Amino acid sequence: MMIWLRKNLFRSVGDSLVTVIAGSLSLYVLFRIVRFVAVTGRWQVVETNLALLVNGAWPTDEIGRLSATIVLLGFLGGVASAVAGLVTSDVDSEPPTLFQKALDLAIRLWPLALIVGLVLLLSTTTGPLLLTVGVVGAVTVGRLLGGLLPGRVRPVVIVVALFGALASIWFMSFGHSWDDWGGILVNFFLAAISISLCFPIGVILALGRRSEFPILRMLSTVFIELFRGVPLIALLLMAKNTLGFFVPQEFTPGAAVRAIVVFVLFTSAYVAEIVRGGLQSVPKGQIEAARANGLTPIPTTFRIVLPQALRNVIPALVGQFISLFKDTTLAGVALGFLDLLEGGQAITQQAEFRGQGLVIETLAFVGLLFWAGSYTMSRESQRLESKLGVGSR
Amino acid sequence: MNSSEKTPFWRNVAVLRWAFQLAIVAVVGVIIAILVNNLLVNSSSQGIPLGFGFLSQPASFPITANDFRDTQPVWQAMYEGVLNTLRVVLVGFVLATVFGVLIGLGRLSGNWLIRTISTVYIEIVRNVPLLLIVIFAYLGLVLEVFPRIEDSWDLAGTIIVNGRGFSIPWITGPFVGLLAAVVLSIAAGLAVRRWRLRVAESKDESAYVVPWMAAAMVAVLFWVGFFAGLGFSSPSIDGRNVVGGMTMQPEYFALLFALVTYTASHIAEIVRGSVQSVAKGQVEASQAMALNGWQRMRYVIFPQALRVAIPPLGNQYLNLMKNSSLGFAVSYFELTKVVTTSVGTRSPAVPAFLVLMIIYLIMSLTISALVNIANRKMEVVGR
Repeated sequence: MMIWLRKNLFRSVGDSLVTVIAGSLSLYVLFRIVRFVAVTGRWQVVETNLALLVNGAWPTDEIGRLSATIVLLGFLGGVASAVAGLVTSDVDSEPPTLFQKALDLAIRLWPLALIVGLVLLLSTTTGPLLLTVGVVGAVTVGRLLGGLLPGRVRPVVIVVALFGALASIWFMSFGHSWDDWGGILVNFFLAAISISLCFPIGVILALGRRSEFPILRMLSTVFIELFRGVPLIALLLMAKNTLGFFVPQEFTPGAAVRAIVVFVLFTSAYVAEIVRGGLQSVPKGQIEAARANGLTPIPTTFRIVLPQALRNVIPALVGQFISLFKDTTLAGVALGFLDLLEGGQAITQQAEFRGQGLVIETLAFVGLLFWAGSYTMSRESQRLESKLGVGSR
Repeated sequence: MNSSEKTPFWRNVAVLRWAFQLAIVAVVGVIIAILVNNLLVNSSSQGIPLGFGFLSQPASFPITANDFRDTQPVWQAMYEGVLNTLRVVLVGFVLATVFGVLIGLGRLSGNWLIRTISTVYIEIVRNVPLLLIVIFAYLGLVLEVFPRIEDSWDLAGTIIVNGRGFSIPWITGPFVGLLAAVVLSIAAGLAVRRWRLRVAESKDESAYVVPWMAAAMVAVLFWVGFFAGLGFSSPSIDGRNVVGGMTMQPEYFALLFALVTYTASHIAEIVRGSVQSVAKGQVEASQAMALNGWQRMRYVIFPQALRVAIPPLGNQYLNLMKNSSLGFAVSYFELTKVVTTSVGTRSPAVPAFLVLMIIYLIMSLTISALVNIANRKMEVVGR
């Protein structure tokens, strides 16, 4: 203990001085934060508007549809993660015990558990608790079922899960028009829909940018650089103000469609660059070997190059999803969704809370929700990265 | 098959390749034609012109911080918007780099506390939406935490902070004089450096380049500055106003604060990664050659780390430039806010946003080009 202190905190006079100053400063900041959370913070505004922050103004008699969709998504996610886990798991290590598994889960998912616990603590009804139990159950069942599936059907399962997710979100929109969605739901669903739709476009653009056809290469490059060179919020404002001009007047698209169009086009340019990196990481010998074995260019691309390239870029794609999840807040300010951030500002303007300076409390809560989501995802992507051994082979 | 037989054109690879590409061009062309046709039909049915004549129409909205009146034309409003964007972006580049490098080195520090603080900072800031930081800086920090002007925070007459802005000491006098002083001082510094290096080589004694250079630069700076009529002004409170120094508008301060905080956390990770990428043998070799800590950093680690860091750093600068458009959310009149406001008053949407896109593309391509030049220079020096 003393040796550790000496080695890490008090190596020299200057070092000790730094330790003392930084230590007292951080203790003070920590004290202020604890006091703010426990004593001075007025959390009434969050407590009253919890439902608004989580699911927006979702009608109460349609809440069953919402819950069913979320449970179904949890189940599909469980199946998909089990299948993906099988793909990447190493066979040599012995299976962990139940205790090890639980500990591992607790270390990995504590931020999520923290915010779910916080929401349950603040909520006054039993609905959220039932939903949490349902989702956790569905994920577990999904993982167990996914583990039992034979290896042959895995790609099919992933595709079915993806389409199932999109279909269930579509089913959800029957109860409550997309344009009226709100809360963190809108952030999460906008990100999920956009990333699943932009993925095929991104792969095509990446292949186009690396193809041997000059015109195709030029078109892909122009598209990618166009969307990477302009800020996202400017594109969203552009969609708000000009998209109506480019479609026949009969179908004027709603705010959600405009947002999804922009997010898909914008993100597919970034996904294309990620996939291009993956394509470049596939050794040239692989292509030459495939050609030597008599494969023509198209099977070479789809059976040899792409599987290896995509496997290498999974962590970067997760990173892109995280930044998309954070960027969905821009849809709130540009297109007027009451998403988590915009809704958080709106509730401080309610009659009973106006003019009391509650911005810091609500923004802290909103920030915690975003942080927990993206921190968990980014740590999972790092784990995946080391599991896949990207860069180490 | 008889070899003298000509390959039919539908099996000729060269023909097929061009046919394929032409087909794609045709598809893209048709899509664009449909969109343009829709645009023409919709514009004429709504009576909205499509030309760029609106640029010389009066803007009909003021930008008070820039002394821009609503009778001035739209193109001047856009010019002011570009200036405001550049103002926040260029200052942001410098501050984000400084803080990012400090935090990145903090993450590599031998001191556990410094390392932990840096890590916590990075993990918090990187995982929160930038827009949330912008809005927090404006609605929370500037409007709630900063005091009213009567109770301003006053740091010994150098920095004055209140809800109306963030004031720092600043240089007064003609801009040409300032430019001359800076250029001459850099020239003097370089001249002194050459002289000291030559002396050190011919007489085989220590060069002391840094102290000599610093002394020469400071001396020239003050000497030229004095004759060019440059002065120094600190902010002070006069009744209900802050006079002297330079006061940053609340919107500008909030946007700059958020951009610097956010970008610094990303730059810190780049710094850490690039320093760690320097081969361990390099550090050991420099220790074996008895270089001290500063020399090791300056001559061994830094040049090699920089080469790794430049491409991702360039990406961060590009992101910072694009993220400056979040000034829209706090009504800081940068380019996006100006164009959107002008569309809201009178300007036709499609041409106005086309101009905005072109300006952003020019700025993006400029930054990319500069980064590429820096990248090439480093590689030539390195190998």
